[in-house]
Amino acid sequence: MKSVNPLTSIIKRDLVLAYRQKAELLQPLLFFVMVITLFPLGIGPGPETLQKVGPGVIWVAAILSALLGMDKLFRDDFNDGSLEQLQLAHVSLSWAMFAKVFVHWCGSFLPLLLISPLLALFLNLTPAMYWALIQTLALGTPLLSLIGAIAVALTVGLQRGGVLLSLLLIPVFIPLLIFATSAVDSAAMGLNYAPQLAIIGAMLCFAVAITPFAISYAIRVSHH
Amino acid sequence: MFNWLHPYAKTERAYALCNTLLPYFFVTAVVGLLVGFIWGLAFAPTDYQQGDSFRIIYIHVPSAILSMSTYVAMAIAGFVGLVWQWKTAYMSMIAIAPVGAVLTFISLFTGAAWGKPMWGTWWIWDARLTAQLILFFLYLGVMALYGAFSDKTQAGKSAAIMALVGVINIPIIHYSVEWWNTLHQGATITKFGKPSIALSMLWPLLISIVGTVGLIGTLVMMNLKNQILRRELHRPWVIALLQKTEQR
Repeated sequence: MKSVNPLTSIIKRDLVLAYRQKAELLQPLLFFVMVITLFPLGIGPGPETLQKVGPGVIWVAAILSALLGMDKLFRDDFNDGSLEQLQLAHVSLSWAMFAKVFVHWCGSFLPLLLISPLLALFLNLTPAMYWALIQTLALGTPLLSLIGAIAVALTVGLQRGGVLLSLLLIPVFIPLLIFATSAVDSAAMGLNYAPQLAIIGAMLCFAVAITPFAISYAIRVSHH
Repeated sequence: MFNWLHPYAKTERAYALCNTLLPYFFVTAVVGLLVGFIWGLAFAPTDYQQGDSFRIIYIHVPSAILSMSTYVAMAIAGFVGLVWQWKTAYMSMIAIAPVGAVLTFISLFTGAAWGKPMWGTWWIWDARLTAQLILFFLYLGVMALYGAFSDKTQAGKSAAIMALVGVINIPIIHYSVEWWNTLHQGATITKFGKPSIALSMLWPLLISIVGTVGLIGTLVMMNLKNQILRRELHRPWVIALLQKTEQR
């Protein structure tokens, strides 16, 4: 009998689950687009104003929709006991958590990256700004997923974890927001924005190295 | 070190330690704050630029400096709890949190009150102010997470993880906002090099910092004692203690 790599089966299972619950994938995305639609209505449709606030608006909306969708990350698996089974499984829990977070990123942030050209049009971003924005999103959103997963794992056992999750995570996401928007601003002025990208990349590397352990520990605490 | 610390994992020993340390902290607080504030507010020379309003420094700087160290202390307590599974460590972590949060709030409030006459505005999105505000949010997050669990061991572990995530983030937040925007004056006292403040103003400042440390210690010890008593309400030694106080 061919042995199956447990990690690939986790990834496959989560992908199938995500694909079958399309509404849950689409709702945060719709939320993201709608929040961005609110801003031109709220601050006026002047193309220059929009271009100035655009990168910040997109990033803030991305963080908000991440918080909204993240709540679901471990909830169902926690409730039906699959997370407990994973702890007993023949694979390190850290790797399993890393795989789950990766799939969650594919499900919630890849569509966001794909839809971002539309938002760039909405907010009148120049091509240079758009290119920088895509790069910051590509490097930054995995960081959102990884750090967010720690707090999600901690609050998964609570009845109403949603607002608490935002309270815990928003302060932690601030540096990312600063570096990402500053990269896009530099791009708008035609400056070099590699340093900001490098810092986001460094934070991502650090998070990839550390957070799986924190997430798996947090999961164990939640199953206390 | 471990052998010396280990007995205090027991709540009874930790309670006794609090009782021993409390008077020292209390005396430091009373003497330090009285001397520092009276000297600073009444006798220190007036600043040539800022006039008398600079005197708020004697409250603002101690609380601002110590708010961050208090966060680190809280995270260390959480780390100790996670590594050695001591519940007294979690208790001290959560005893420190509200004290640190109030301290951060004091530094924000006095900063705003100082900013109004000096910069002409209550609030400005300056790097240090922003970093301090984020620190305040981090404190509140840890406290909110701890309060959300009814099982206090689990609450302690969860809050400790969040405190550690925060402590890794503090330097990143600090430098990111520094880069983002800065208006605040540079640090007045640093460990290295000559302080950019007259000695007659520096001394009361240092004394009030020491006094504030004493105050933090006093409040934390009192809070920790309460935590221990509440959590161990059904232990024989607590019951004996309660009976003894009732008889008195």
